[in-house]
Amino acid sequence: METFASLADGFAIALTWQNLLLALLGCFLGTIMGALPGLGPSNGVAILIPLAFTLGLGATPSLILLTSVYYGAMYGGRISSILLNIPGDEPAMMTCLDGYPMAQKGMAGQALSLSGIASFVGAFFATWGLIFLAPQLVKIALLFGPAEYFALFALAFMTLGGVSSTNQAKSAFAAALGLGLAMIGVDTQTGVPRFTFGEVHLYDGLDFLVAIVGLFALSEVFIFLEKRHGEADADKKKVKVGRLTPPWSMIKQTTPTMLRSTGLGFLAGVLPGAGASLGSFISYSMEKRLVDKDKTFGTGDPRGIAAPEAGNNAAAGGALVPMLALGVPGSGTTAVLLAVLLSLNITPGPLLFSQNPDVVWGLIAALFIANFMLLAMNIPMVGLFTRVLMVPPRILMPVVAMVSFVGIYGISGSSFDLLVMVGFGIMGWVLRKLDVPLVPIILGTLLGNTMENNLRRAITISNGDWMTLIDSPLSIGLWVIAIIGFILPLVIGRRVKAQMHAKAGEEGTISD
Amino acid sequence: MSDRIFGVVGILLAVSFAFAALAIEESFLSDAVGPKAFPLIVAAVLGISSLVIALKPDAAPEWPSLDRLVEIGAAAVVMVLYAELLPVIGFVIATALAATYLTWRLGSGPIASVVTGLGTSVGIYVVFHLVLGLSLARGPLGF
Repeated sequence: METFASLADGFAIALTWQNLLLALLGCFLGTIMGALPGLGPSNGVAILIPLAFTLGLGATPSLILLTSVYYGAMYGGRISSILLNIPGDEPAMMTCLDGYPMAQKGMAGQALSLSGIASFVGAFFATWGLIFLAPQLVKIALLFGPAEYFALFALAFMTLGGVSSTNQAKSAFAAALGLGLAMIGVDTQTGVPRFTFGEVHLYDGLDFLVAIVGLFALSEVFIFLEKRHGEADADKKKVKVGRLTPPWSMIKQTTPTMLRSTGLGFLAGVLPGAGASLGSFISYSMEKRLVDKDKTFGTGDPRGIAAPEAGNNAAAGGALVPMLALGVPGSGTTAVLLAVLLSLNITPGPLLFSQNPDVVWGLIAALFIANFMLLAMNIPMVGLFTRVLMVPPRILMPVVAMVSFVGIYGISGSSFDLLVMVGFGIMGWVLRKLDVPLVPIILGTLLGNTMENNLRRAITISNGDWMTLIDSPLSIGLWVIAIIGFILPLVIGRRVKAQMHAKAGEEGTISD
Repeated sequence: MSDRIFGVVGILLAVSFAFAALAIEESFLSDAVGPKAFPLIVAAVLGISSLVIALKPDAAPEWPSLDRLVEIGAAAVVMVLYAELLPVIGFVIATALAATYLTWRLGSGPIASVVTGLGTSVGIYVVFHLVLGLSLARGPLGF
């Protein structure tokens, strides 16, 4: 049982005071970020990345901090869904449907604790899934050559719009824009500068952290300025939380739902282009179809809370599988986590498991620990987080903006990067208004150079023959999946998206 | 209409990107593909997708009214000024000013804004500089 031995090693790494403290801090901050409308897992993690660097944390501790934030945000999103009927982040959208009616019936406390348990079940089993599935995927990935990698990257971009995408042209535009931005700087293979326009600052290329923080965090500030969310403060009334422990009968009633949703959510997380929002959505719809005989879903049925919460937390764990095993993230937040790894000079992918087993297994052990911490935090201490929700955006958003500036300035100490970040913030705002997804842009800037290098390596190996890209059965298979993944949303995308957004008709939210 | 303009802008961007790619000076030591090919592929994807966006536009988004646009523009100007002034006047003063402005524009009263701005700035300074030891921009007053 090699796996368990590795896992035990992982616990030995994770169980130091520093790492435990970081996990605790990450869980706490993550829950708050998830709970606050307007701050989700991707921009929450984005703001904290520069901090992790400037604090001089090593690879494992930084990852522990940031993935704890990720898991925490998945837990936290439900709090405002249930209490205020405003999803704290996109994956928590479906939790509003039954959570808020339950709160109105005076069962807010039970809804919160039940959803906490469901989140725990989802995340716990998904972490086990990660342990067993990732090494299998690594075995396949070891067969990949440069041509297969190029096809894999193409697959990631073509499916990233996801089944919920309405306009594939805009996803493609975003991916190309990101790839184009990645081209800026000195070409790594021949040493000629590209697209630098003589600006010395650009020779190093654009720092993708600057792009991420600008696109995710600053654009959010602009959205708030546009809408003046301050006006929405008035109707936040105090909700009575009530009893905090759900009766056993309720847990028993929802157990099958939780388990089914966990499986489904995990699967949605592993598949490229799906992510946590879709995980919670399909879990909810399936449960509604399966067990909603008395038409109680939507009126405060506990199963209607358990399904999406187990689903989105399981998907969060599942999304780590392709990120760690292949180096190709399938969702926004895992793209941001990939940025962390790349900045720490760690290349995720099959070799990560053999070259940096301490990082992988330390991280996995930390996920288990974080999960227990989150369960403990989210049930007895949920009252604390409900109070944080009362912080109005007019105070919160400037803090977000300033912390973003501090983080980026802390890394480079240059005003030029801050200016580029403001530029990205404005660009992010315009693109969100136009319904262009931001995640492909980030992924493009992250993976652009690796993708190009694989292309050039493949063709150099075959002496300039471009047909080498579709030469092996593996790469042909990847291209076929990529093309299906790109075309499928054109057929069914509109319907799924319409259903997902029927409830919360918010434009331009960043998908998990 | 928004999407049509967006598409045209995207096509122009793709064309200029392609021209910039063609202008890349090749080194005499080049691999089989060279530094131009991939950027040209990217430009092609950018151009085609922009064309599709222009030909099949989505419903136009709800653009904010002019005063809201000015609001966003002003905030961007403040952020640019912040970036430029940060090394000159130091972290605490610059941040207090910028945070005050943003808080004020997001709907706080004038006095509350100044208090929040100062609080944000000093709070970040204490947590990030004094506790965590991050180096922040130092102004003439030493902070």
